[in-house]
Amino acid sequence: MTIILSIITVVLLSISVWQIVKIFEVSNLGKKRDNSQVANYKDNDLHGKLMFAFLVFIYLVTIFSFVSYTKVLLPEAASEHGSTYDTLFFVSFALIMFVQIITQALLHYFSYRYRGLKNTKASFITHDNKLEFIWTIIPAIVLFGLILYGMTTWSQIMNFEEDEDALVIELYAQQWNWKARYAGEDNVLGDANVRFLNDYDGRNTVGIDSSDPNGLDDIVVTQEFHLPVDRKVIFKFRSQDVLHSAYMPHFRAQMNCVPGMITEFSFTPTITTADMRMNADVVDKVNRINKIRYENSQELIAKGEESLEPYQFDYLLLCAKICGSSHYNMQMKIIVESEKDFKKWINEQQTFSEIIQ
Amino acid sequence: MSVAVNNNVDNHDEHVHHHKETFITKWIFSQDHKMIAKQYFVTGVIVMGIIGVLMSLLFRIQLGWPEESFQVFKIFLGDRWAPDGVMDPNIYLALVTIHGTIMVFFVLTAGLSGTFSNLLIPLQIGARDMASGFLNMIAYWLFFVSSVIMVASLFVEAGPAAAGWTIYPPLSALPQTQPGSGLGMTLWLVSMAFFIASSLLGSLNYIVTVLNLRTKGMTFFRLPLTIWAFFITAIIGVISFPVLLSAALLLIMDRSFGTSFFLSDIFVQGEVLHYQGGSPVLFEHLFWFLGHPEVYIVLLPALGITSEIIATHARKPIFGYRAMVASILAIAFLSTIVWGHHMFITGMNPFLGSVFTFTTLLIAIPSAVKAFNYIATLWKGNLQLNPAMLFSIGLVSTFITGGLTGIILGDSALDINVHDTYFVVAHFHLVMGISALYGLFAGVYHWFPRLYGRMMNKSLGYIHFWITAIGAYGIFFPMHFVGMAGLPRRYYTNTAFPYFDDLADINVLITVFALITGLAQLVFLYNFFHSMYYGKKSEQNPWKSNTLEWTAPVEHIHGNWPGKIPQVFRWAYDYSKPGKKEDFVPQSVPIAEGEKITEH
Repeated sequence: MTIILSIITVVLLSISVWQIVKIFEVSNLGKKRDNSQVANYKDNDLHGKLMFAFLVFIYLVTIFSFVSYTKVLLPEAASEHGSTYDTLFFVSFALIMFVQIITQALLHYFSYRYRGLKNTKASFITHDNKLEFIWTIIPAIVLFGLILYGMTTWSQIMNFEEDEDALVIELYAQQWNWKARYAGEDNVLGDANVRFLNDYDGRNTVGIDSSDPNGLDDIVVTQEFHLPVDRKVIFKFRSQDVLHSAYMPHFRAQMNCVPGMITEFSFTPTITTADMRMNADVVDKVNRINKIRYENSQELIAKGEESLEPYQFDYLLLCAKICGSSHYNMQMKIIVESEKDFKKWINEQQTFSEIIQ
Repeated sequence: MSVAVNNNVDNHDEHVHHHKETFITKWIFSQDHKMIAKQYFVTGVIVMGIIGVLMSLLFRIQLGWPEESFQVFKIFLGDRWAPDGVMDPNIYLALVTIHGTIMVFFVLTAGLSGTFSNLLIPLQIGARDMASGFLNMIAYWLFFVSSVIMVASLFVEAGPAAAGWTIYPPLSALPQTQPGSGLGMTLWLVSMAFFIASSLLGSLNYIVTVLNLRTKGMTFFRLPLTIWAFFITAIIGVISFPVLLSAALLLIMDRSFGTSFFLSDIFVQGEVLHYQGGSPVLFEHLFWFLGHPEVYIVLLPALGITSEIIATHARKPIFGYRAMVASILAIAFLSTIVWGHHMFITGMNPFLGSVFTFTTLLIAIPSAVKAFNYIATLWKGNLQLNPAMLFSIGLVSTFITGGLTGIILGDSALDINVHDTYFVVAHFHLVMGISALYGLFAGVYHWFPRLYGRMMNKSLGYIHFWITAIGAYGIFFPMHFVGMAGLPRRYYTNTAFPYFDDLADINVLITVFALITGLAQLVFLYNFFHSMYYGKKSEQNPWKSNTLEWTAPVEHIHGNWPGKIPQVFRWAYDYSKPGKKEDFVPQSVPIAEGEKITEH
């Protein structure tokens, strides 16, 4: 239906464009013909005004987007560094919006104000060293501020130390799923390599070296992994085939998974899944999504297909690096819960030594 | 082959050669820079451009209405890639990949530079032709071969390359990981090898021509800004393209000869592969050492064209000529030391991230200077709002909008959460895609009289501009929000994640704008071909411009000027100079008695 509508829209638009051309031509017929194809006063006047209208259009698009799309944006950050990240993002965004509004206004206003009319003339101005110095030095100062701010934030996020309390988790990527490996009681991940993947009839799903005692208590999980709230997690990333990127947008976290290499990232989750589901923005979003899913389900039922399940919020791990045909569907659920619930869950999982027995 | 072109080193030679021309030497294996410019335009911009844009429309339809069946998919992709009219995920990735490759390299590098560097360098510096007409011809034909191979790769059985235009290994190296990494990828690499050879020959020619063949009086600081931009672009190309060639060669070795430059510890389809010790991150370094300067290879010529057009149509000297030149040089220099900002989260040492953040954000300074200078040029001008001028103003607008979000992406800390999302897609499409295309269109509207001796229809030009301008913002402004909502790019559909279900209506809106904007380009194509044959005959200098190309006769002749090559007495921007009767003074007009030479 939508496609038919849009085709009709497009056809109608093309017809109207064609008609407008006709009008342009006809309106030129009666008068002294100006067929030079060079803009005359009238063109300048019209398109100068349209330039001003275009400024209004840009502002309207901006306002429209903020009003109607702010709600789709990510909810508040669920990690410790996430709030620092959001502040830096907000400051940078406010700054660029300010520059955007001013410069677009000047550009389009001048295009309108100085449109060539009958007796207008241009001024002969070649340069102005003072002015140019000012508009070089001001962006330079502002940018140096931003650079310093950005660098400090970056080093805060990236220079994590291997403290002993931190939970060590390996995220393991392959075409096209994720696995998570917990370091077990010793909190040390056993050595691993793709060479061991075919050991134990494929039960060694992330290639742990069974001769390394550190690996025997490791725990490998699929589909979902759990994190205790308010405890620092150090992630180690591996990939067995192509590049992947572990993207956890709600925690403002992303790191590539590179075959042959172990990459790292760390964050401390601060909001449990249960609490996040109560967050006003998330409640809003979930309601909206369920409304859409309900409507889509009605269509599906009408076609005799199964309806969609209602959606419930969960933190996500996605793949953000192109990795082949199912790149779009590489997902794992992240559950953040209390230390107690986490302990309970992890104790229910099988260790590597149990699996290979 | 002795063909009718004179490579006069002495460009004041009055004698113009008149060799006999055959159909082949005039229309096919021409060594005349004007004909080669047209050839680049038709191959690079029109043919490849139509393919590239069509692909984007196909995958935009898929993204707007995922999981639906479309007749149009069946028509273009066939039963193999769109069974029952539903697009296959592999061909989706291939479309994204080839769209990127074609638009970045074929349309905006070869098409844009090839057309305008070829047309304008000899004409604007006062030379009879390129330094080597023969190499120029070879460069075009290498490009042609490269285009043919790239188009042929679309028809191989397992599909064209589908690893993204950045062709990161191991995905691009191992056919086991996706069908497109088989023959399709091989053809992609071969095509790019030809492309790079073509680009290097072309660039060397441009550099040598600008250095050696300037007419008498054409000092460096009298060069129009177009020439500065083309000249610096060619230098960046010569510095960076060979690195891509080496990356491509090493990738070919990994693919076909069992080496492990980029591969290590890989397990695919139940099998441990033999590769040991290589690193995909090395490939990323090599790729982006070209890849980032490439952005400026695409953008600088467009900025050069815009500088020229804004000054001419504002009837006012370009504001801060020396600052404009300095900012081109600064951008060119910085462009070679910022590539790491594409790799903040690849596992590169975080300290390097800080270094690249620093160099990257510095680029904002010369870019800001350029934007301010454009705006200041409009100030107190007498704007002649021809379609070329509208596209130039449009360029400044999208350059600002797209450039500003670069401040977020270039900041390593902020990049973490928007890296590889639609935020990036929106950013680079505005700042280099749309901006460079606007520069291209502006150039065509402005220099069409010089290319074909006729004028393009201005009403159609206006319609083309306004629909495109509204469409471009309609497509890319909302797209930032899709990215900030956390949707990664290159997703065949977002329906696998219910979390993204509420992005559906934004995606529909973007697709509708994309279709309208895509269709509006037909207006341009019609205008272009119609005007080529039926357009109004152009005057010699229809825009009352100062530069030398308008002193040459409308009809193309070999050697460009029938008699002496004009001598240059002044800079290119003496518009509305006080004390002059007309509002322009061509560069070839001597300084009158008592006239002050413009300080700039």
